[in-house]
Amino acid sequence: MTAPLTLSARSLVRRHDGRLVVDGVSLELRRGEVLGLLGHNGAGKSTTLQMLTGALPPDSGHIEVCGFDMRKQPRDAKACIGFLPEDPPLYRDMRVDDYLLFVARLHRVPSARLADAVDQAKQRCGVQDCGRKIIATLSKGYQQRVGIAQAIIHNPAVVVLDEPTVGLDPAQIRDIRALIRQLGDISSVILSTHLLTEVESLCDRVVILKEGRLIFSGSSTEMLADRNMEEAFLQITANETAAT
Amino acid sequence: MIFTIARKEFRSLFAAPSTWWMLALLQFLFAWFFFARMNDYLQVQAQLAQMDNAPGATMSIAAPLCSVLALMLMMLIPLFTMRLIAEERRHKTWVLLLTAPVSSTQIVLGKFFGLLLLLALIVGACSVMLATLLIGTHADIGLMLANVLGVLLLAASYAALGLYFSALNNQPIVAAISPLALSFGLWLLELSASDNRSFLRAISPNAHFQNLNTGLVNSADLIYFVLVTVTLLWLTIRRLNDERRRA
Repeated sequence: MTAPLTLSARSLVRRHDGRLVVDGVSLELRRGEVLGLLGHNGAGKSTTLQMLTGALPPDSGHIEVCGFDMRKQPRDAKACIGFLPEDPPLYRDMRVDDYLLFVARLHRVPSARLADAVDQAKQRCGVQDCGRKIIATLSKGYQQRVGIAQAIIHNPAVVVLDEPTVGLDPAQIRDIRALIRQLGDISSVILSTHLLTEVESLCDRVVILKEGRLIFSGSSTEMLADRNMEEAFLQITANETAAT
Repeated sequence: MIFTIARKEFRSLFAAPSTWWMLALLQFLFAWFFFARMNDYLQVQAQLAQMDNAPGATMSIAAPLCSVLALMLMMLIPLFTMRLIAEERRHKTWVLLLTAPVSSTQIVLGKFFGLLLLLALIVGACSVMLATLLIGTHADIGLMLANVLGVLLLAASYAALGLYFSALNNQPIVAAISPLALSFGLWLLELSASDNRSFLRAISPNAHFQNLNTGLVNSADLIYFVLVTVTLLWLTIRRLNDERRRA
């Protein structure tokens, strides 16, 4: 049986200063699925993610999260999403516990569950010993973990991660990947990354954006088709350039 | 949700060392003026005793001090309000609020009340200092309360003005200087106004505060402050909603 849809976006269009940044992108995500979002710099990945999470309204198009329309029912739709942007939105002068408590309250976690939600998010992200620390004093890797913890603290149905492993050392990358794998078991995950190995090891499906348009959508196996990931990616984007 | 955001803002403002410096400086200046006014009053007290309808200790000490406090808050509040939105955008934490299930109204009111609580503490601390007059003299409590009310209303309108400019700008410094320049400009215009019914006096927050400063609690002044505060908060909410639509 097919898993239920958690997110669907249809014909998203977004312009910046008259220039088309996202041009008719449509995608779907099902429960338990990890979707990789690939593309060169400036392909429109971050803009697409910002639209999916409600940070940026599309000029046209339609987004639905867990059955809630992002335009008409933004609160319900946003309550189903956890978002880690490229720069984690951390209040650097706050303690980790206070910050996570604030985010949990912001996402309407019931008072009785607040302490549990914070503990669980810390546990899952491996920052259980950092609760009393000021965020600014943490290393980049730990700040990234706190960023992921804030994205999953309310157990959202959809977790959106924008380049979560950028700037981390290999051990930290391994830990974050393991965490994303865990998240993929209970939530739907959209992962934007430049690292093709990350997509190969984590993602069930892949979409590739180029100059704001969706040029490939399929399973990782379809994308690979007996090539390695790098070859496949370069070939798909190069074919698209030749076609246009 | 408003309470959640207000509590976070209040705690964040208190967590910043700059806040403590500003509070310490404010208390020091206020205490300095308090003793200076007290000293002046004690020197002329004998002459005042011989006059008919001579101003009492409250009118001679507390009222001028509240005028000074109003002026200090005019300069201080933009330094707090610049943090509330403009600095969040600069530090890229604003996206957390944009993607959370909260409305622009909740964000604006939460930030406004968080700052207002801090300002109420500042006014409260200064009021305690003024209340020490009660130990040595029969102070005019009505006049004192009118002054405290005036300073609080003035602080609320300055906070709303600062918040609006914070929503207009991405640069915290611009978000601080703009409301300061506007308040200062209105203050200068009010000083240059020739008669009491001038339009310049009607739009100046300081002119409306002066009535409360002399103990005159006039409903027109109260309505002015409430209107200014509510209008500026509404404009801030509109600005954020527009931004969400256009981004």
